[in-house]
Amino acid sequence: MQVYLDNNATTMCDPLVVEVMQPFFSEMYGNPNSLHKFGSSTHPALSHAIDQVYTALNAADKDDIVFTSCATESNNWVLKSVWIDHIVNGDKNHIVTTEVEHPSVLATCKFLEEQGVKVTYLPVNNQGVVEAHTVRSFITEKTALVSVMWASNETGMISPIDEIGQICKEKGVLFHSDGVQAVGKIPVDLQATHVDFVSFSAHKFHGPKGIGGLYIKDSQELTPLLHGGEHMGGRRSGTLNVPYIVGMGKAIELATANIEETMAKIRAKRDRLEDALVELSDTFVVGDRENRTPNTILISIKGVEGEGMLWDLNNGQIGASTGSACASADLEANTVMLAIGADNELAHTGIRLSLSRFTTDAEIDYTISHFKGAVARLRAISSSFAIQKPTKGGSVQECELHHH
Amino acid sequence: MAKADMLGESLWDAYSNKVTTLMNNPQHQGELFEAEVEERGHKLIVADFGAESCGDAVRLYWEIDPKTDTIVNSKFKSFGCGTAIASSDVMTELCIGKTVQEAVKITNIDVEMALRDTPDVPAVPPQKMHCSVMAYDVIKKAAGLYMGVDAESFESEIIVCECARVSLGTLQEVIKLNDLKTIEQITDYTKAGGFCKSCIKPGGHEEREYYLVDILADTRREMDEEKMKAAADAGSSGNFETMTLVQQIKAVDAVVDENVRQFLVMDGGNMEVIDIKKGDDYIDIYIRYLGACNGCSSSSAGTLYAIEATLKEKLSSKIRVLPI
Repeated sequence: MQVYLDNNATTMCDPLVVEVMQPFFSEMYGNPNSLHKFGSSTHPALSHAIDQVYTALNAADKDDIVFTSCATESNNWVLKSVWIDHIVNGDKNHIVTTEVEHPSVLATCKFLEEQGVKVTYLPVNNQGVVEAHTVRSFITEKTALVSVMWASNETGMISPIDEIGQICKEKGVLFHSDGVQAVGKIPVDLQATHVDFVSFSAHKFHGPKGIGGLYIKDSQELTPLLHGGEHMGGRRSGTLNVPYIVGMGKAIELATANIEETMAKIRAKRDRLEDALVELSDTFVVGDRENRTPNTILISIKGVEGEGMLWDLNNGQIGASTGSACASADLEANTVMLAIGADNELAHTGIRLSLSRFTTDAEIDYTISHFKGAVARLRAISSSFAIQKPTKGGSVQECELHHH
Repeated sequence: MAKADMLGESLWDAYSNKVTTLMNNPQHQGELFEAEVEERGHKLIVADFGAESCGDAVRLYWEIDPKTDTIVNSKFKSFGCGTAIASSDVMTELCIGKTVQEAVKITNIDVEMALRDTPDVPAVPPQKMHCSVMAYDVIKKAAGLYMGVDAESFESEIIVCECARVSLGTLQEVIKLNDLKTIEQITDYTKAGGFCKSCIKPGGHEEREYYLVDILADTRREMDEEKMKAAADAGSSGNFETMTLVQQIKAVDAVVDENVRQFLVMDGGNMEVIDIKKGDDYIDIYIRYLGACNGCSSSSAGTLYAIEATLKEKLSSKIRVLPI
């Protein structure tokens, strides 16, 4: 058996999604901007996909939802264009974000800092969540934008987006949320919640890779990131990616129709897995279940180094992660675990398991059994559980070498 | 960056089969206990290196025959990734049968070489080289405990890049000999900084005592100073007539300081060089007397003659000294 439990990194493209995309590669391949029938014949499908996305997010007709290549592009677009519009060509100079954002937000903020923008990186509480009153206290007259992720890729913890939205509205500050881990996993209602910009990506909800979107409230001003033709009303140039837009429409519909029911099913499996794993001694899971995306577990296992654990899980055909997949190649401590105040030791023992609606009970059973076996093997090797004490003078009090 | 870098290498695919095999089934994992070791008339040494908070920790056990200082058995425990566990396992293997004095000579390069499937293909990707360094460090620590000396004493030179084992002395020499100007050049010439990159500048995986950026800056500064000194030396030992004006003024000052000034100061006077003008037949040195020399009758006769004679002798026969 093989088990994919890395759905916060990417998901399987639903075969139903692939099916609706199929005709738009070699049959209806026209450019939607062309006048001839080859182009215009794609319009009904595109129009349907746009309806599907607006419905899924409960966006109003006066709002814009622009298709982009990915959420990294959407996040870059918001941050860089707010900088151009309100800092370079305005009287603001400040952006507020959090320490636990995705690299596409944090690295863009670092870039903007190099350009002279002041950026405040807010800390999170021991649940891994930024508190609304913290956001409020750091907004100044010079603040152009607040950017807070809707849900965390690493912990699944959900930010108080409604409250932050109200604070930003009250203060007259633009509010962006990276919704990548929320859209398709938990209800997102953009008429109920005040957010100016929301980024999302299809491959996180069983759509194809290479297509994302940016929600822009009330069709407000935001200088384009990509200049060129008059695609998408001039907001984002580049020939429309017809099959992928059609695929994203189908994927978001599948993910959000009956979302409460789907969430409950995933959560039942996740909770069963989590309950079984925390039976192991010296483990803990980050964040309260009630305020977490229903598919995510970030568990720390004392004495078991994260990459070693991934190795053993991989040997058992189980795909998991030590944190953000984007960061997993650089082998550093889990930044979110450090941000929530876990000590360094725990930051090297985090394993993230993220389920999907395709995860089966049999897979959960298999994972529980293999996971426990891997922990037993690695703890048997681990120096953390050794019995014989070091020779006098031979112990290490704290980290002597590496400092993160 | 180039075509080969467009898709990052898959970390685990870069591991040798030996690393994979030993991670899956380490041969020397386990513990040795004091009671059983002492029963055999041997001495147990247990040393830790690293810590869980570093992301890597290893505990090394040596059973030593005190009559011969030979490590008759060895085990390890490790909190770490696949490379850390495989490195610890091979390190333990390399220790068995050696005397403590021999074991201290095992380096992380030996550990990494022992993990290779074929001699010319690295066992682990560059960013994993530092895992083998810990195996080497813990040996030194264990040996220090056994011999009752500081682990540092086994290191005869300062190692800047632990992964490639490049010393401070080597780096300074290579920078000077090859006139290296960038970190990339240093890595090309020595491999230092090519692995875990901690030694390049502060803020990397590990905190280091020496960083390549500082060594490069310091060595370049030293080279510049040496170059200047060399130019000055060449000037003062060379032909006064072909020196630059600045060198000539310095050379004159040097001769005056050495041979003349003390006598003037004894009498409450002094002098300064105002200018030097080079003609075809003469080099005119304009001086001004200070203090008691000013107005002294000897200053335009005996003293002046002495100064001129000294400069002629030391620097050039073309010199004329003109007080103003």
